Amino acid sequence: MQMTGAQALIKSLEMEHTEVVFGLPGGAILPAYDPILDSPIRHVLVRHEQGAGHMAEGYAHVTGRPGVVMVTSGPGATNLVTPLCDAYMDSVPMVAITGQVSRAVLGSDSFQEADTVGITRSVTKHNELLMSPEEVPLAVRQAFLLATSGRPGPVLLDIPKDVLQSKMEWYWPTDEEVSDSMPGYKPTVKGHPRQVREAARLICGSQRPVIYAGGGILKARAAEALRQLAEATNAPVVTTLMARGAFPDSHPQCLGMPGMHGNYAAVTAMQEADLLVALGTRFDDRVTGQTSSFAPHAKVVHVDIDPAELSKIRKADVPIVGDCRLVIEELVRVLAETGEPQADRSAWWSAIREWQDRFPLHYDPQADGEGLKPQAVIEALRDSSPAGTIVVAGVGQHQMWASQYWRFEEPYTWVNSGGLGTMGFAVPAAVGAKVGRPDRTVWAIDGDGCFQMTAQELVTASSERIPVKVAILNNAYLGMVRQWQELFYEERYSEVYLSPDLPDYVKWAEAMGCVAFKVDAPEDVKPVIDKANSVDDRPVVIDFRTDWLEKVFPMVPAGHSNSDIIVHPSLRPGGEKVVQ
Amino acid sequence: MAFTTTTAGWVSGRGHLHHQTLSVIVENRAGVLARVAALFARRGFNIISLAVAPTDNEAFSRITIVIDLEETSAEQLTKQLFKLVNVVKITELAPGEAVERELALISVRCAPPGGPGPSRGEVSDLVRIFGGTVVDVGQEALTVMFAGSPSMLDDFEELLRPYGIIEMQRTGRVALPKLERQPASARRR
Repeated sequence: MQMTGAQALIKSLEMEHTEVVFGLPGGAILPAYDPILDSPIRHVLVRHEQGAGHMAEGYAHVTGRPGVVMVTSGPGATNLVTPLCDAYMDSVPMVAITGQVSRAVLGSDSFQEADTVGITRSVTKHNELLMSPEEVPLAVRQAFLLATSGRPGPVLLDIPKDVLQSKMEWYWPTDEEVSDSMPGYKPTVKGHPRQVREAARLICGSQRPVIYAGGGILKARAAEALRQLAEATNAPVVTTLMARGAFPDSHPQCLGMPGMHGNYAAVTAMQEADLLVALGTRFDDRVTGQTSSFAPHAKVVHVDIDPAELSKIRKADVPIVGDCRLVIEELVRVLAETGEPQADRSAWWSAIREWQDRFPLHYDPQADGEGLKPQAVIEALRDSSPAGTIVVAGVGQHQMWASQYWRFEEPYTWVNSGGLGTMGFAVPAAVGAKVGRPDRTVWAIDGDGCFQMTAQELVTASSERIPVKVAILNNAYLGMVRQWQELFYEERYSEVYLSPDLPDYVKWAEAMGCVAFKVDAPEDVKPVIDKANSVDDRPVVIDFRTDWLEKVFPMVPAGHSNSDIIVHPSLRPGGEKVVQ
Repeated sequence: MAFTTTTAGWVSGRGHLHHQTLSVIVENRAGVLARVAALFARRGFNIISLAVAPTDNEAFSRITIVIDLEETSAEQLTKQLFKLVNVVKITELAPGEAVERELALISVRCAPPGGPGPSRGEVSDLVRIFGGTVVDVGQEALTVMFAGSPSMLDDFEELLRPYGIIEMQRTGRVALPKLERQPASARRR
């Protein structure tokens, strides 16, 4: 069957079970927007290409399926660079289609030409410039396979306009043709049996183990396997920022989030551990603090599907390359089979319980005349929203509070920008998440700084009838930067004040087609949240006026050892600083 | 830019102990070298030399990379390289386990006919003794070619230096694993 490259592209996306494309048309990609009219694929028309990219990420986070983005050449493609980089850092499966100028003028600085493949090379798992329409079906199959297998990530296809317009004979490559076309791509998924046995041996003998669970658990759909491992070993579990929800917060073995703003017990347990069982995680600097003093007594079992992560930051005593789910299941099987008893960990657990009792997450109640406590707002949201609510955060203080104070009970209910720390992530990612899971309530917990970066996607949400909810924790500051300036720059506040009233968030949200509220009294918090939760036909925005002085605790100052963790001032005996 | 080409001073015979040769088979297609080069730059891997050409199978190219182990971890470099979809196979070649060759073109001064100083004949004799070839002849210079192991190239260069080297270009080394010396029946693994 004869068809154009553009028709082949859309048909290939259909063949890959694409249900939605986030995008914005333009000159070079125009031919691909015609067959979309005849396709069952839903297209969500964004207001800025960055929004499309983050929507695709939000969609991928909650569904496990690759998010698909389509934009035009030049500025369309460059606007996509931030979400591509974000997806690359957080291993989010994404397929991006960018238009390109026609082959004849490639390389001549023609209108809206950019070297997209060159620009995105270091922020994609793979990218390709397609130089003939015959390449389209195979390239799309490769892109979906690459995006979703091994360590997931974004894949970009750059397609010149005349390639989209030229005719080709339709074919759909077989699995074998796809794998033969990539002779260098063979991810290892099954852990080496000897290494798995060695890991089991170390776990059984460990008196102070910690299971250090990362985002790879979610990517590998390994949450159930993780629970089995935890229960088989009675080891405490920490869930990194990317892994919140991978292990239920209500589980007695869950210590919560480790790292710079992690729970005291989680951070300290890792420092005191004799064994870290690192699963689908990469020893990010926000988790380890100063690497030379991180978990100084611990041996390390490290499971990851990306061999380059093993011993990259911390030497692994037992490195295991493989898919987290398969390796953990095998580990659980080996543990059961050998029947070796677990070491006595009663002293370990009593130490952990003492840390939890002495240094829980804490904030002081709101004082008269001051703003709402952001943590209290998050707790109210948490307690008033239905089970299974998906929480999406931007980047900064509100993100840390959301991670700390929400109670994550099931996987894929937490969406955030971890590795890249992209401000403005929340609104578009929430839209994408709601498209992927229309059955769930989706709350974006956002900061006022973040909100201003990508708020225009609420227009997309209104016009496409995607009823997301946004809670702006409005402290009128770039709060995390303000916190650092307070603590480390002698309260010299430089370029961090934003104003609580400029813009007028309620008017702005209403102008974008949302229902909007402003809350500054604590007694209004719950009623307004209830009202917001009852809206299901359009987006809702709540402007919560929060205490601008509130800081995120605990905190490990950048570059310090995790043993220097600073807890909330009210938890310190005599109020002295615990650092240094 | 974490990217240097071969210069005589770098690849001294003594330095070879810290060098590691990687033989990387990649798909022979547009942009693959750019991916490899971009990876080195981004991850801060320092390269001593790099040579690229298609293999006997036109579908693949071999990139021979020499790295300084004191600056760059062969393990991280290999793992990161292997993440590139177009990288098919990587072989780490220890100095004793590889046949390594490099080619140099050297323009060297000589006296014009009847002029003072070493004559063309004197220089070309030396080149021939060493197994090199004269590939171009000018009034006051010769260009000679020499192929051999990298350390032989160093020696050759040292030998010509007193005559006055005008210009020199080395290719960077290429390498293949050493072949098995024993008959298959005697090998046991």
